[in-house]
Amino acid sequence: MALTGIVGVGFILLHVSLNLLAYGGASAVNGTDAFLKSTGGWLWLARAMLLVAVVLHIVMAYQLSLISLKSRPVDYQQWEPVGSNWASRTMRWTGVFLALFIALHILHLATGTLHPNFIQDNVYHNVVTTFRVWYVAALYIFAMCLLALHVYHGAWSMFQSLGYNHPKYAGWIRPVATCITVVVVLGFISIPVGVLTGAIH
Amino acid sequence: MVQYEATKVEPEMSVLEMLDVLNEKLISQGEEPIAFDSDCREGICGTCGMMINGIAHGPQRGTTVCQLQIRNFRDGDPLRLEPWQDRAFPVIKDVVVNRASLDRIIQAGGFISAQTGSVPEANSVQVPKTNADQAMDAAACIGCGACVAACPNGSASLFTAAKISHLALMPQGQPERSRRVISMVADMDQEGFGNCTMHRECEAVCPKEISVRFIVQMNREYLRASFKEREIIIPAIAQPSAAGV
Repeated sequence: MALTGIVGVGFILLHVSLNLLAYGGASAVNGTDAFLKSTGGWLWLARAMLLVAVVLHIVMAYQLSLISLKSRPVDYQQWEPVGSNWASRTMRWTGVFLALFIALHILHLATGTLHPNFIQDNVYHNVVTTFRVWYVAALYIFAMCLLALHVYHGAWSMFQSLGYNHPKYAGWIRPVATCITVVVVLGFISIPVGVLTGAIH
Repeated sequence: MVQYEATKVEPEMSVLEMLDVLNEKLISQGEEPIAFDSDCREGICGTCGMMINGIAHGPQRGTTVCQLQIRNFRDGDPLRLEPWQDRAFPVIKDVVVNRASLDRIIQAGGFISAQTGSVPEANSVQVPKTNADQAMDAAACIGCGACVAACPNGSASLFTAAKISHLALMPQGQPERSRRVISMVADMDQEGFGNCTMHRECEAVCPKEISVRFIVQMNREYLRASFKEREIIIPAIAQPSAAGV
């Protein structure tokens, strides 16, 4: 889970940096998009690796969850959380929703299947026109809140899974994970908000 | 869920003493007493565990049920008692569960193999103080099973990790270090416990306040052993004896 999670976290860090190019206007966004597509095979290789990572992440989460859920055939009548937080307890739910969201997102802004005004290779136009519709923007913002919960726990616990907790440096893991979460999610949310407020036009 | 009223309970009594008083009343009325386990009654044997109001060992941090005093509750407060719930802890009666699965995990590798013979000179095996201190933190585990009970995944990771880490930190544990972690983790999985997703409930309810950093250490030990151990290890899981233990 941790290894595929690292791929995921790396990807969203890259993705949010590219998204923030929206503040640079149409030429920045569409130019970068054209560049990425011009790499041809490399882009598809990256997409394949990402797909493998996502599929493995979901398959392993499913298999591990089955084992864990079977370990308690009779549930408690009362169970109070003492050490866990909401982020850790909702990982399966946020994960499922994010999987669905990713599928929709690809059909929406990558292939344009679900986009009413899709123009091939004009990413800037596609993004701005779609986020002017309030409920599309709202859905994306909601999805990013769930991403925040998922990454808040995931980015922190992946270090634990990999056995990293050096006494001198382990104290940084929580702040770094929180930082990644805040930066990525605020970065992503700023795009639909920017379109709705006119900052991106 | 059966409701009882406990009367003549003093604030200094422990929860188990309160149950003793209640049971005496029930017996005198010809009713079935509440079945619960206890042994040392001083927080060191790991026998008395139960859920109190949804928290393993009750509301006080670092405290077993036998050490939890009634003054932690108000007169009239309800106390909901439930046994540990896990596939690997079959319920025997009321709040008594069978924790032999934890014994089998220890049998799979939670020991060192030492030759018998004359006593070696005590100072000939040197132990760094930091290792000794950390190993003691891990060795404090009393095997009560609260970690399993509190874990939303029903994982025995904190228990298994405590023993693995304790012995991995000591010089005496080095010869069998790799096969120990592989064998104990394999047994833990085979017993039917769940997997760790770092909720940290275990550490919060542990009466000896054992840290999840030992789970991180177990993960590291497992990774290390995956490369170092060259034998194929199939854990020999001791089957429950005829005595049913």
